[in-house]
Amino acid sequence: MEATVTRTGTEGKTWGGGNQPLKVSYGKMMMWFFILSDALTFSGFLASYGFARYKFSNSWPIADEVFNHFPFLHGVDAPMYYVALMTFILIFSSVTMVLAVDAGHNMKRGKVAIYMLLTIIGGIIFLGSQAWEWKNFIQGTYGAIETRGGNVLQVIDNDGHRVALDEFVVAAPKERIQHERTNGLWFTDEPTLARFTMDDVLAGFEANPNLLIRTQELTETGEKVILTRQASLAKLESEGIGVIEGANLQKNEYGNPLFGDFFFFITGFHGFHVLTGVLINIIIFFNVLIGTYERRGHYEMVEKVGLYWHFVDLVWVFVFTFFYLV
Amino acid sequence: MAHDTTHAHESNSKRIWTVFIILSIITLVEVILGIIKPDFLVHTYFVSLKLINWIFIVLTIWKAYYITWAFMHMEGETKGLRRSVVWTAGFLIVYLVFILLTEGDYVHEVLQRGQVAWDF
Repeated sequence: MEATVTRTGTEGKTWGGGNQPLKVSYGKMMMWFFILSDALTFSGFLASYGFARYKFSNSWPIADEVFNHFPFLHGVDAPMYYVALMTFILIFSSVTMVLAVDAGHNMKRGKVAIYMLLTIIGGIIFLGSQAWEWKNFIQGTYGAIETRGGNVLQVIDNDGHRVALDEFVVAAPKERIQHERTNGLWFTDEPTLARFTMDDVLAGFEANPNLLIRTQELTETGEKVILTRQASLAKLESEGIGVIEGANLQKNEYGNPLFGDFFFFITGFHGFHVLTGVLINIIIFFNVLIGTYERRGHYEMVEKVGLYWHFVDLVWVFVFTFFYLV
Repeated sequence: MAHDTTHAHESNSKRIWTVFIILSIITLVEVILGIIKPDFLVHTYFVSLKLINWIFIVLTIWKAYYITWAFMHMEGETKGLRRSVVWTAGFLIVYLVFILLTEGDYVHEVLQRGQVAWDF
């Protein structure tokens, strides 16, 4: 039998076989590699966001102007306060998670349960905040005019303040009604009609001499180009084709359609991770309550979901930087 | 698992709160810088990126370091696991970002030269 044993001279060494070179359990190692692959997915999204931004670097929307809402502060310009708050919520839920893991090491079931519960609550608050952020983004604030080239024109007054379409456009009585499936021969329908037609906008704009048009283009100092009154009128007449209010995947009132697409995709994909994180946390929470890990003798499962939860926080840190700050 | 057998009854809560405070301060600095936007940081460029954006990126990576090392306990793992996760991600992301941003900048120039109209 001696002859069949191959001696490599590496017995007993780290990679000599018969031991665990990485000194982690299978489950934890696979969680790390899942996180690695997920991190690469997110970097793919963020890097392609960077691509789009470099491509349209002289006409990209200014994030401060888009995300400037805060609950109960209507009409107050509050750039970034809200996302900063969301960041703190997520970081704090990360802290409670790591405290749960820590309590698990000391086999304190009650403490693990309490910290897990706090983590879950933090996750739910974050999800609610994100839903509110989406609601604001989809509804829009001011509305804009779509041009033939697929760009948007925004309306401001002499002082440079944004003016909502509502404030100067009066919808003329229309004969055109939305076509619905119920009254069509071919059972087709069409998107909701805009509240104002291009003619309404033109009439309103002409009637208010203090209004100007702001284009998407950025100046050297990073501000949007503002047209003169004459140029504004000419631009509206020659290029305006309709009204955009709010945002969807095809167009948005903030500027480049890609801006809306990346917003929905990246924050949506991240929100989906938070949602699954909360669900997994809830499962583990109940397992802690019924004493599964107490019987098992260790709380490694809490550590594994902890890894996932921290990863979700880690991704948000990057989304926060590249979507809201840079 | 790398650490729970050796010092199972030690609590790390002091370190956890320290890291939380560090992360909060970094986030606060980011938010304040993002709201004030000091002129000299916005108008100074370093390797074709605004200085303020460099600061944001460095602060973000710093935060990522603390989350991974302290919260995810990467500091307690073996060198092999640490490198197979962090270096793999690091090199691939740097490569991807370099390619996409260079290409994006090139496409931008093509649009600027007027061969293709984006605003008509």
